Amino acid sequence: MSAIISRRALLTTGALGAGALLSGCDQVANTPSLRKILFSGEKINHGLARALTDRNSLAKEYRPDQMSPLFRVNGTSNPNTASYNAMAAENFANWRLEVGGLVNRPLSISHQALMAMPARTQITRHDCVEGWSAIGKWHGPMLGTILKAADVRTTARYVVFTCADLYSGHAYYESLDLIDAFHPQTILAWAMNDRMLSVAHGAPIRLRVERQLGYKNAKYVMRVDAVASLAGIGLGKGGYWEDRVDYDWYAGI
Amino acid sequence: MTDTSPPDSTNAPAAPGSALYRHRLTTRLWHWLNVVTIFIMIGSGLTILNAHPHLYWGQYGANPDHPWFNPPHAPSFLTIPAGYNLAIARRWHLLFALVFAFGLLAFMVSSLINRHFQKDLRIRLKELAPAHLWFDLKEHLAFRFHDPKNPGAFNIFQKLSYVLVIFVLIPMMILSGLVLSPTMVAAWPWMLDLLGGRASARSVHFIAASGLVLFIIVHLVLVILAGAWPEVKSMVTGWWTIPVDHDQEEAA
Repeated sequence: MSAIISRRALLTTGALGAGALLSGCDQVANTPSLRKILFSGEKINHGLARALTDRNSLAKEYRPDQMSPLFRVNGTSNPNTASYNAMAAENFANWRLEVGGLVNRPLSISHQALMAMPARTQITRHDCVEGWSAIGKWHGPMLGTILKAADVRTTARYVVFTCADLYSGHAYYESLDLIDAFHPQTILAWAMNDRMLSVAHGAPIRLRVERQLGYKNAKYVMRVDAVASLAGIGLGKGGYWEDRVDYDWYAGI
Repeated sequence: MTDTSPPDSTNAPAAPGSALYRHRLTTRLWHWLNVVTIFIMIGSGLTILNAHPHLYWGQYGANPDHPWFNPPHAPSFLTIPAGYNLAIARRWHLLFALVFAFGLLAFMVSSLINRHFQKDLRIRLKELAPAHLWFDLKEHLAFRFHDPKNPGAFNIFQKLSYVLVIFVLIPMMILSGLVLSPTMVAAWPWMLDLLGGRASARSVHFIAASGLVLFIIVHLVLVILAGAWPEVKSMVTGWWTIPVDHDQEEAA
């Protein structure tokens, strides 16, 4: 075999191999058994993160001068449904946060009562799954305070958030495990950057989960439910994007 | 395991045409694992970059902020998956990130134990002397890549580029990748401080990846110039047939 021929053969093999590998990747993602292996990365990464890191570690909090000059709006900028518009027109005076599911004391908290609760202020970084980040100041009660007041039953494993904004006719929903739900930086923010939370950023309240990506930080939260399993929620994967486009439920990476 | 025995470069020079045991099993395994892993990481990484093709410096960076670079849209024949799907690209990227990181760890540990690093990659001061660098550069430009007296040894440019890849570029990929994880960086905030913020980490991730791509291109070109078939064979079997020098070929 001459050097030129073997060189050409190697180059051809390499190019064909690369092409096969590229299209092979798409085949893998579309084959149920292989897709399962591909999707196992989420569980491994979740397990590793829980095993290697302190569950109570706090996300970095920034100084006021480190905040983004302009915090971009993403996702829904206005739910614009008849019921939401009615609530917004009253400045959410008659809005109530419903807390239920596997709790011993279901709660219905008014906007006024929520704003009167002990609150946490944190200047944190919002990391979108797309790659951009913005730093903003969030203010609101810790979710843990509310869950303790509702007395979550020991059978509960997850907390589900149901929102006012619709995606193809369905209310947006997200969920957390109890570690992140009770994390001190997980708050229901009703103020942002020293002002009342705007409609574009999720009024009346937006969930802040500082150790996970943006899509976990649900806007326009209406209901909080403690559940034992995510099986009955939406299509069973625990969130709108998780159910519809295969985003990881664990968005800590 | 016979494969852990180091290649013997201290004996009398092997004659051109004879075979030399050059690459240990662990080196070969890691090499081919990386061929697949880096291929997947770059393809899926390009899809992720397409989701927000702007790079910034500092703690934050989004559309209202000033990017230092707007990389061009990666075409679908380069991305994994071919059609834009950020969720699937992330599945590939975050699964193979584990293979990439733990693969490097395993290779580093095994290469310290079998002394591959100490014997083959250690850079001696005299190799960095300008005269030596200049000599090796001229040899490269003349397409003479092997020292006839010690054909199995890496030349200084090989050493420098392998050291750069193993100890700088890949560790930097892993570190900057970890900083992009909000959970990991909450637990290990020193990583964030080291890279100067998340937006900076994303830029470093891109630059280190570009460095790796550049390395791969140069590596492939040099493999072809140095004799594609013996080089590939040696990375598969471990045995390398010492090429006949061009000058000797002409003289013969």
